[in-house]
Amino acid sequence: MIRTMMRPGGGVSLRRRLVWQFILLSAVLVAGLAFTVGWVADRASRASQDAVLGAAVTAVADGIRSVDDGLELELPYGTFSMLGAMGEERIFYAVRVDGDPATGYDDLPMPPMPPEGLVPVFWSTDFRDARLRLASVSRSLLIEDRARQVVVTLGQTRHGQAAIARDTARSAAWAAAAFMALALPVALLAAGAVLGPIRRLAQVVAARGPRDLRPVRHQTPRELQPLLRSINGLIARLRAALEMTETFIFEAAHRIRTPLSLVRTEAELALSETDDPATAARLRRIVRAVGESSRSANQILDHAMVLYRSDQFAAGPLDIAAIVQEVVRATAPIAEMREIEVTTEGLALPVQMHGDARMFEIALRNLMDNALKYTPSEGHVHVAIRPSRTELRIEVLDDGRGIEGDPAALVARFRRGGNVGDTGGSGLGLTIVSEVAAAHGGRLIVAPRETGGTCAALSFPWA
Amino acid sequence: MRFLLVEDSRELADAVASRLAMEGHAVDHAATLGDAREFLDSAPYDLILLDISLPDGDGRDFLARERSARRDTAVIMMTASASVGDRVLTLDQGADDYITKPFDFAELQARCRAVLRRRDGAADSRRHFAGFTFDALAASITIGPETRELRARELRLLEILLSRPGQAFSKSHLIDRLFSFDEEVSDNAIEVYVGRLRRKLEGSGARLETLRGVGYRLFPE
Repeated sequence: MIRTMMRPGGGVSLRRRLVWQFILLSAVLVAGLAFTVGWVADRASRASQDAVLGAAVTAVADGIRSVDDGLELELPYGTFSMLGAMGEERIFYAVRVDGDPATGYDDLPMPPMPPEGLVPVFWSTDFRDARLRLASVSRSLLIEDRARQVVVTLGQTRHGQAAIARDTARSAAWAAAAFMALALPVALLAAGAVLGPIRRLAQVVAARGPRDLRPVRHQTPRELQPLLRSINGLIARLRAALEMTETFIFEAAHRIRTPLSLVRTEAELALSETDDPATAARLRRIVRAVGESSRSANQILDHAMVLYRSDQFAAGPLDIAAIVQEVVRATAPIAEMREIEVTTEGLALPVQMHGDARMFEIALRNLMDNALKYTPSEGHVHVAIRPSRTELRIEVLDDGRGIEGDPAALVARFRRGGNVGDTGGSGLGLTIVSEVAAAHGGRLIVAPRETGGTCAALSFPWA
Repeated sequence: MRFLLVEDSRELADAVASRLAMEGHAVDHAATLGDAREFLDSAPYDLILLDISLPDGDGRDFLARERSARRDTAVIMMTASASVGDRVLTLDQGADDYITKPFDFAELQARCRAVLRRRDGAADSRRHFAGFTFDALAASITIGPETRELRARELRLLEILLSRPGQAFSKSHLIDRLFSFDEEVSDNAIEVYVGRLRRKLEGSGARLETLRGVGYRLFPE
């Protein structure tokens, strides 16, 4: 029912939606992480390159000396080999004196702002189809007795550095992706856990019998409370409608039974007044039919009551011996009227059971009615409670006509024995008894007795 | 016995009263709880047959008020519902028993007897006839110093015959009254009970006569 009710809503799966959202979010996170790691790695490699470049350019500047005929440059090879260790990089340098190229690559670009002293200025630019990182320092030298500004620029390509940054970013991305892949089952589990309370609530509602109209008492997360409230509201409205129906049934029963009583009583009076055997026979049939219809109505109501209570199941501790005793007492006038002797066994002491007392009363009443109905005058009905090690048996033994055919089939609704003859009955009695037994985890066993008659036993295994 | 029948359907009340009169009972009919109160104030009753829904209230509330006022005439509720719940409720409110409509008069008679017996006989249930005393509640007849127990159907048969002494009752009429309508009874079954009752009545000064082709009658010798 829940399932068909959800269909018109489009059948959107919350679980699928949660999982997709997780996957998309993960993808964005992985991409972001890769980018960030790449950027950070790039910055880190540039910083280390700058340090080396800065040291190298300072060393180069230190190696410039003013000699008589100009400048002498002593390239610091140790420093250059340090630069070379950073990968397959190429190195460019240029020395300019007052802006004029003195040595090195003349076309190496000038720094964006002139360096002041030996504090290197760093910048990046494209040079000869390669990305270069450059550092410049300046020195004042006395050349030919004139103070001249010498600017030393050192550049290094960034192939290796960029590759390292890319590698690092890629590794980071792969690691993140692997992590997310591992997290996917966890996400599925989490989605399941989030949807779990909804599923459990649905199960609790679905597991209810069709007549169980108690409010749903189920621990749900706060977010599900509105759903629970609306379910309970619906149940309350349904119950109110049902209660109205019950009142109506009671009223209807009353309205029908009063005229039925009149029919029966008038027929009996007419029967006592007529001398015509044919009329008498007709009147007897009327009385019998009225009796039968009222008995059927009783049993149909009993049956409805048992079904209703099986779902409600107002179970509690009860003394089954007292209930049996009460049923025997209530049926005593009928037994006496028919001169049937009723004996009991095992009722003197309380016998504790767990169950619905009203249901037991209905069941026992039906068993007793049956036994009295099928036992001939001056017959004997024995009612016994027999606890054994494995089970509790409540037996109603009669010495009536017994049963014909399969005893198990008698339990079926509206089924009666093959030998009931004219005895009135609806065939619901044993169905009711069997349903009461089943609701309490027991069963009804109907079997012929060796000595004739029937044994109807309710058997309940000890819990 | 004297009955107060509290029932709002006039037709049903008349029919039930006639039917109970057939059993030899005196019946007053109250159509409302107010009437019932007046009847109870003016005369003693052995038993009240009380319907549940009446025009001026619920029979169960009436019963509860009666009981709390310590008026304890025996009450048999007539219910239209056979539900155990109703029954438990009526018994809790002080009803002695209940019977479901439409009722079997033989069963009603048996229940009345059981109720009165349990209450130790509200009124004098003994009746003198010919040379014996008949006690319906004790189910016995006493002839001089000797008391003889009657079985249920002997008792019932004697009650019917004593309701109109000297008048003949046909076999089929007796069968209708002695047995429940859904019992399978042969025409000869009645002879067994007549034979037994006749033996019990030996020396009582009453004679149970068989009128061939007509039936049976009881009369003082």
